[in-house]
Amino acid sequence: MNLALRLVSLGLLVAAWYAGSQLAGARLLPGPEAVGLALVAEARSGALVLNLGATLARVAVSFCVAMALGAALGLAMGRSRFADRLGDPWLVMLLNLPALVIIVLAYVWAGLTETAAIAAVALNKLPNVTVTVREGARALDRQLDEMAQVFRMGAWTRLRHVVLPQLAPYLAAAARSGLSLVWKIVLIVELLGRPNGVGFEIGIAFQLFDVTRILVYALAFVAVMLAVETFLVQPFERHVSRWRPSTP
Amino acid sequence: MSPAGVPARLEVSIKHKSYRAASGARLNVLGELGFSLGAGSVGALVGPSGCGKTTLLRIIAGLDRDFDGSIRLPAHGKLGMVFQEPCLLPWRTAEQNVRLAAPEATDAGLHTLFEALGLSAHRNHYPGELSLGLARRVALARAFAVEPDLLVLDEPFVSLDAALAAHLRDELAALVAHRPVTTLLVTHNVEEAIELADRLFFLSASPARVVAEVPVARPRAAHTPEEIAAMRREIARELAKASA
Repeated sequence: MNLALRLVSLGLLVAAWYAGSQLAGARLLPGPEAVGLALVAEARSGALVLNLGATLARVAVSFCVAMALGAALGLAMGRSRFADRLGDPWLVMLLNLPALVIIVLAYVWAGLTETAAIAAVALNKLPNVTVTVREGARALDRQLDEMAQVFRMGAWTRLRHVVLPQLAPYLAAAARSGLSLVWKIVLIVELLGRPNGVGFEIGIAFQLFDVTRILVYALAFVAVMLAVETFLVQPFERHVSRWRPSTP
Repeated sequence: MSPAGVPARLEVSIKHKSYRAASGARLNVLGELGFSLGAGSVGALVGPSGCGKTTLLRIIAGLDRDFDGSIRLPAHGKLGMVFQEPCLLPWRTAEQNVRLAAPEATDAGLHTLFEALGLSAHRNHYPGELSLGLARRVALARAFAVEPDLLVLDEPFVSLDAALAAHLRDELAALVAHRPVTTLLVTHNVEEAIELADRLFFLSASPARVVAEVPVARPRAAHTPEEIAAMRREIARELAKASA
């Protein structure tokens, strides 16, 4: 039933797409079959895999950097008033700095390098993670904390078994919104200063007014992210919430 | 018995403890309060609710260091504690909860402990799947598993029905009889204290002081109603003497 509904919904989307391409013309909106053929051709030449791989690698690295640093900062700021007061102005500034400004500054200061690209993406995502995890850290259970203290649990045990499970819902929320945000920013970074990746390809296609190619790359990457969501994020969420008694 | 320089007794000597209330006034919780407890014996702190018993336990457990006075824990000061709430990690199974607090515990040791507390069938259950009575047993198992130098029990049987509380009390008495450990029990139930302790310390209303100290003649043996009545009379006498 669930799957059938999903398929119906997807079918409607393709139908609307087809109708739109009939109305607007193939130049403005190429139809599903044209895009499908182009997708196959791009995959055969190997360019699709190469560009998807480059983008995916950038997404993975900058996502991990942003999550790790953001979670550490959020935890520190949620638990210590001193760290919170010290870090808050920086956080507000980063939150309100447009992504484009961070990217351009990173390229100007560090050159058109991979490091600059990844740092710029991570820096864009970092404040969101910090804000979310800080909320989680503020809500940590004091009783469990005292229990860990009385039983003299080590720092690693406390982090791994007492603190992180409490932060899991917040980390999951940050990861969910983070993954989609990061990949959108990675495209801009690639468009502005990288010689490969989905963003670079879309930039070329824009200059050539090649809408088919834009759709090929956009759809391919959405499919990849859907797979990541289904096969990585959701099983992980199920694993960390296995202890919750199932709700009837 | 104990090596030189390592105190075997629990020595509590508090001069004063106060809180700053939200209104800014200082609230005296503990007055001059001192007692000591020999190695391997069970002391019960009995007092009216709100007299500062939990505050006293938190000070002894090292969770509250803002007080005047001194605490000397027996031996190496390794603590096993049972809180008012079971205080288990909901995302870890019963067994993992115990093992995380007591990483040195052996499989055989845990096996006998789980067996003694009737938890063998629940080792792999998460706390959310356990009744309150079972969760409290897991908390007891955790406190015993660390092989503590001092066992601290903060009203471990509150909010259980009377029959279950009595049952758990017997199990606890058997455990303490089996593996002697210096134990401090907080309760407002005199009968519970008589059944478990060697020595009862009666606390006054806040700011708490020890107003009477009553030894129990035959600790952890079944007491007849007459014996309990006699104990109660003696306690009443001591309390009257103290207030005179």
